[in-house]
Amino acid sequence: MSLLEVSGLGISFGGLRAVEDVSFSVSPGEIVSVIGPNGAGKTTLFNMISGIYRPGRGSVRLNGQDVTATAPHLLARMGLSRTFQNLQIFQEMTVLDNVLAGYHLTERGPVWADLLALPSMRRRAAEVRRGARDLLARVRLDKAAEQEAGSLSYGALKRLEIARALALGPKILLLDEPAAGCNAVETEEIDHLIAELAASGIAILLVEHDMKLVMRISSHIVVLDHGQKIAEGDPATVSRNPAVIAAYLGTDAPTEDPAHADG
Amino acid sequence: MTRRMKWIQLGVLAALIVLLPLLFPSGYYYRVGALIFVNALSVVGLVILIGYAGQISLGHAGFAGIGAYACALAPEHLGLHPGLAVLLGAGISGVMALLIGRPILRLKGYYLAVATLGFGILVSMVLTNERALTGGPDGMVVADPGLRDLLRDLGLRLSGGELWYGVSGLVLLVGAWIALNLLDSPTGRAMRALHGSEVAAATVGIDVAAQKLRAFVISAVYASVAGSLLALQNQYVTPDVAGFLHSVEMVTMAVLGGVGSVLGATLGAAILTLLPQVLTVFAEYEQLVLGAVMIGVMIFLPQGLLPSIARRLRGTSE
Repeated sequence: MSLLEVSGLGISFGGLRAVEDVSFSVSPGEIVSVIGPNGAGKTTLFNMISGIYRPGRGSVRLNGQDVTATAPHLLARMGLSRTFQNLQIFQEMTVLDNVLAGYHLTERGPVWADLLALPSMRRRAAEVRRGARDLLARVRLDKAAEQEAGSLSYGALKRLEIARALALGPKILLLDEPAAGCNAVETEEIDHLIAELAASGIAILLVEHDMKLVMRISSHIVVLDHGQKIAEGDPATVSRNPAVIAAYLGTDAPTEDPAHADG
Repeated sequence: MTRRMKWIQLGVLAALIVLLPLLFPSGYYYRVGALIFVNALSVVGLVILIGYAGQISLGHAGFAGIGAYACALAPEHLGLHPGLAVLLGAGISGVMALLIGRPILRLKGYYLAVATLGFGILVSMVLTNERALTGGPDGMVVADPGLRDLLRDLGLRLSGGELWYGVSGLVLLVGAWIALNLLDSPTGRAMRALHGSEVAAATVGIDVAAQKLRAFVISAVYASVAGSLLALQNQYVTPDVAGFLHSVEMVTMAVLGGVGSVLGATLGAAILTLLPQVLTVFAEYEQLVLGAVMIGVMIFLPQGLLPSIARRLRGTSE
């Protein structure tokens, strides 16, 4: 059974139909990519699924439960986590504290225990701290743990967002352009990381402009153009689809990559 | 922020409280010291609200007013011991903050500042106009809690100034300890996280509205206890304690000292409590100099005195 089921999802902004009647599903361990030209509605779609925008039409089901327009913090409790295209980092906190914030649901307790620093909180805090450092090591940021997050490079912040999203132990992870602004080596690392996460049973929904990355790791691709789904299928099928080639890949597709690589 | 940092900050604060009296030329300075500690206590509360959670209140003096008048009214009308009246005032302030904050903090933006502004004015008007109960603008006498007599019976003879210097210093230490506990706790991290990015905080499971509300209620209780202490040590209250100027003064102290820092807040409170006394040499230009100092700090040390200085010392100035 699929973990995430999006059916007939749509939203309009002041009469403009930003996303219209989009349906697809994601199963555990699967990597589903959403691609399409700039302004196709990919991020808007993400914002509806993750509860930031309230969809005008259609429904989102998570684990069989209707979660359409559920608040983001409640979706997090149900195992949905995400990263952002335009970084949303807690800039003035340390790198470690950013990841620790991701453990909020695990480590939160009664407020008086926090105010009085009760010893009962300390053991859990130590466990969570170990987990956070492991996650940082996984995205190769362990050496920067005590630095202020705002001092990190763009690529490092992208990885930090992934670590923070993983901290809540998600069942499904929405990644919005995780490789944007990363060099070739970093992109390959993210590629491996995503494959690893999927192999561990996490469902991945990915928006990415790096076509090589998308074609290499996706099990299923959904193509959007002008807010509508124009094609879907496995990478080979999608890349041969004439509608997709016309709308997105075009004839001069190879020049797209360098343009976005320095994003 | 490690555990060690917490104890260093508390140690510095405790050392200052204990050692400063050695420099006092007269007993009068115990009064000034006590006033600084009381102001610092409410500013530490604002550090939680403004510095951690990034929310602004322009009516926190309203909570100080509730705390102060609880100590004046409860012993007289309810026969409550003044010590318990402090707790009663804190309870009422907490509930008031909950009632105001709950609907307001669901909204994004500056609504809290506007709502608290209204609340502060309301409290101040009630205290000024309910003459029968509060004595109106002239204020009213606050009963002696009997702490001095109790200590004398135990063999410790203190002047009023010394006593309240000690009590206020102790309460400030406890307040600072709680604020520093909070800083490095799941709740404190959640507050700082939503300050950084509300949308990202929500996606990691933080209930943004609920955490803002917590910060607001906690800071209201700080202001209330500070108001109570002020009433008890002056043995007199006037509606000024709840006035708009007092609210602005609190926020100014917090921002001047460094709104994210507990020690900075104390420094801000100390400077703005002492400065008017020092600036009396400027006579009618006092307010002018005060304003100029504030503008200067904001231009050259925008993070507030202590954090900016600490940054320079570490050599990581931006």
